Formats: sequence, C-alpha cells, structure tokens
Amino acid sequence: MSPAARIAALLALALAAFATAPLRAESLIAAMSSHQIQITSNYTGSQLTVFGVVEREGRTAARGDPYDIVVTVRGPRQMLLVREKERMGPIWINRTQRRFPEGSIFLLVASNRPLSEIMTEDVARRERIGLENAQRPKDAPFALDATTARFQEGLIRILSEKGLYSTEDRGVTFLSGTLFSAPINVPATAPTGSYDIDIVLYAGGVPLARQSTNFEVVKSGMEQRLASAAHELPLPYGLVTVLVALLLGWLASVVFRRD
Amino acid sequence: MQIYLPIAELPISILTVLGLSGAVGFISGLFGVGGGFLLTPLLIFLDIPPAVAVATVAAQVAGSSTTGVLTYWRRRALDLRLGGILVSGGIVGTLLGVLFFNSMRRLGQLELVITLSYVTLFSIIGGLMLYDAVRALMRVRAGKPARLRRRAGTHPWWMGLPWRMRFPHSQLYCSVIPIAGLAVVIGFIGAVLGVGGGFILVPALIYFFRIPTAVVVGTSLFQILVTMSGATILHALTNQSVDLVLALLLLLGGVIGAQFGGRAARNLNVESFRLLLALLILSVGLRFAIELFIPPGEPFSVVLTESPR
Repeated sequence: MSPAARIAALLALALAAFATAPLRAESLIAAMSSHQIQITSNYTGSQLTVFGVVEREGRTAARGDPYDIVVTVRGPRQMLLVREKERMGPIWINRTQRRFPEGSIFLLVASNRPLSEIMTEDVARRERIGLENAQRPKDAPFALDATTARFQEGLIRILSEKGLYSTEDRGVTFLSGTLFSAPINVPATAPTGSYDIDIVLYAGGVPLARQSTNFEVVKSGMEQRLASAAHELPLPYGLVTVLVALLLGWLASVVFRRD
Repeated sequence: MQIYLPIAELPISILTVLGLSGAVGFISGLFGVGGGFLLTPLLIFLDIPPAVAVATVAAQVAGSSTTGVLTYWRRRALDLRLGGILVSGGIVGTLLGVLFFNSMRRLGQLELVITLSYVTLFSIIGGLMLYDAVRALMRVRAGKPARLRRRAGTHPWWMGLPWRMRFPHSQLYCSVIPIAGLAVVIGFIGAVLGVGGGFILVPALIYFFRIPTAVVVGTSLFQILVTMSGATILHALTNQSVDLVLALLLLLGGVIGAQFGGRAARNLNVESFRLLLALLILSVGLRFAIELFIPPGEPFSVVLTESPR
C-alpha cells in the first residue's frame, strides 16, 4: 500500500471517530486501506491493512485489563469435501468423506497476543474465534462428534499447508493505547470472491465491541476478459484455443524445418 | 518469473512450465505419444485443478502433435487411410468411454478406477514391451538378426478376417475389423483416463500389425491430433476449464521440445526405441502403484466443489 493511501485511510478513520457518538463505554471504529484486490497477469498475492481505533467515553474509568483485538478474515464460502484414505486389502483408497457445506477456503485469525492469553476456550467457542471455531457452521453444535472433528483437523492442516488458513499471534499491533493496525496477507492462491472481516475488542477476556467490514478479490484487465470469454462464449473460446494450438504447431515446424 | 493463470486461478512460474512442457514435448516427438499421461499428473502436482489440467493438456497435445504430423507427412510416413479408420473408431470408443466415466462417477469410485487402470494398463503394456525389447537386444548381442522377419504368406489370424483393405504406406494388407476394434478400445480408454491413447496405439500397431515404426508414429500422431482437438472444444463447451494462458505456455515449450524429439528419433535404432518407451511406460505405472500401495503421509484430501459465483 502506498503511503498516500495509508494516510487517507487514517484520515477517514479520524473523521469517522469524530462523527460517531459512542453509546457504550467502548466502541470500535475500523477502516481498511482498500476494499478491492485486483488480479492482473503479474499478480502474486497482495496485502491489505486494517486500521482501527478504540473509542472510550470520557467518563469511563480506565480499565485494569489491557485491550485485546482479534481480527478474523473469512474467504468465500464453498462446499468443501474432505476424504480420508483407508486401507482395504493391500491398497489404500478413499472410503469415508465429510461435507463442510459452508466452508471457508480462506481463513485468517490475527490477534495482538496468543488467543489462549486473551480469552478462555469457552468464550472462544461461543464467539467463534480461532480456526476450528470460525470454520464451524453457524447452526452446528459446539462439540463436534469424534469423526467430524478428525476430518476438520485434516481440513485445517491441509489448507494451512497451502497458506490459505493461518493464525497470526502477533498479527495486530497497537500503535498507541487505542490505535491499532493489522496487515492482512492475501496469498495468490486465495480464490476470487468476497471476504468478510470481523474485528472484536476484548478486555479481561470479555468482548466489549465489534465491527465488521469486507473486501473483494476480483480479476481485472486481460485475466477478467479471458475468464468471462471462457464462460460466456465457450464455443468460440474453444475454437480459438484449438486454432492457436494448431497454428503454433505449424509455426514450429516451419521455424525448425531443415530438410 | 510468475504469471497468473485466469482459469486455474493461481500464479505459476513461467520457467517451470516451459521446462516441463519442453521435456514432455521431447518425449512426445521421440515416441509419437501425446505425452498427456505425463503432463497431466505433473500439472496436478503443481496445484493446478485436475479439471483444468486435463482440459488444457488436451489443447497442448493437439498443438505439439501438429508439428509431429507435419514432419512425418513430409517424410511420407503418415498413412491417412489407416488414420481415418483409427479416428472414426476412436469417436465411437470415446462416446462409450464418456458414458462409462459418468456412471462410475455416480457410483463414487472414479478415482480408484482411474488409478487401478493406470497401474494395470501401464504395468502390463510396459512389462510386455520391456520383455520384448530386452529379448531383441540380446539377439543383437548374439549376432542374430534383431527381429524375426515377416515371412511371405504368414500372418496372424486377425489380419485375415473379412473386409480386407490395402494400406500401401503401412505395407499392410489387413482386415478393417481388428483395426477399428483397436480404435474403439483406445477411444474408450482415452475418454476414461483423459489421455490420447498413443502409448497404447503405438505398441499395438507395431506388435499386432507389424507396421513400420516411422509410419506408426506419424499415424498415431495424426489420430491424437484429431481426437485432442475435439476434446479441447468439448471441455471448453461443457466445463469451461481450458486455460488459454497455460495452454500457450505449454505449447511454447511443447512444440520446441517435440522438434528436438522428432530429430532424435531418427538417430535412434528400433531396439533402443522400444526399450526406452517400455521403461517410460513402466515407470509411470510404478508411480501410480506407489500411490495405491504405500500408506499415505496425509490420509485426508480436500475437494473444492464448484459453486455458482
């Protein structure tokens, strides 16, 4: 992000802070450096920054506990199918599978210190904080059955290896007592679509205020034109591909012809 | 240097793709096989979605076989009559194969069917070819003629079936029935496994019909060119998974590699040609066997099912 955009975002934040009259003792105001990531042919991932400020009403007495911020970024939702290979005779084949109907392909949980220091496990489960809890469907029970839990573990492990799931224990930085920023790294393999960001303020393990925002990842330029041509004009697209293939093949035989 | 693939939706190193496709193109030009059975698994290994890999490789194979077809055409090592019969039989086989493919997918064991067929098919074909090639090499060592010459008046029974046809380019006078039958089988296997079938066609034409190797390679490439062009259009129509950017990169490496492969083939004697092709096919079979028999390090796998965007 350019310095100009950073300053603009901070200014917007400051303005928003003045305009809002806090109802509760603490409120949270957040802004993003950008709401759109554009994919071009040299795209190798991108970075956004979430800025936020904790607004405290003047009369509120200072708390003994420090403020904690947890930022959760959820990528596009899709049906995720997880399969497990099991031994059958001498060979290994996929036998059981579990569906995660509302699974996020991208998940990032960033906080200013390890989650276990910020809140208890019960709070994390109720507030859907952390990779396991954020991945759990909204209407699912708190405790998963043993098999589903095992499959979920596998899912998180695989997507973490691909860089799509991550936990950043030091991903949120307090610039002052109330001003914080959190960089969000979007890897190139993260899918296109809309991403939700939930920012929650904690103190002493209790959620005090929350704020939501979002951004989207879209293809632009050449990538966008090619992708929409493939979907909207499939027959010409296929014919052009074959023609290009045959042409290149012919060209090579002309270029390399010796006899 | 990285470039973003619009359909596969991920960036990829240009040099890696060029290197891979160049190497596979070399093998393709050398043996007259499409190379799809090598390239598709390699692309999937690079994290490209399987559907995109299969569809895009079809376009690449069509392009790189064009170069080969033109080269063999100029050397008069292409039997159009034989090629025509192979193509028409192949279409029937492809249709049957697609029907079988869809019914296996409904039963939910498609992946197993594919892996098992790769293992059995490649091990059997590769093994037979290796046995034969080694025997031929040992005969050469012993100072005997490398191959038992075809004697006048003797030929296998299947060549004497009705509807005989003369194939002057292939030095063949043979019934159409076994040739069309072979084409149907290859079309079927090709549709189920997502490969062109050259690796089956080439040995079959050499061993069962005793057609000269050069003509076999040229004609097989012609059959591959036609089927893979059709497959590319079908993939573009049915699941929009052809990545033009990836196809261009693969083509660039592939056609250049195929040129060198085609040239190297001329300096290779028949015995080494067979031995190398046998080893190549066997090693691919072995690779799939390992996947099947060795306990997996990561038992879980995640499938992203397409949802409307």
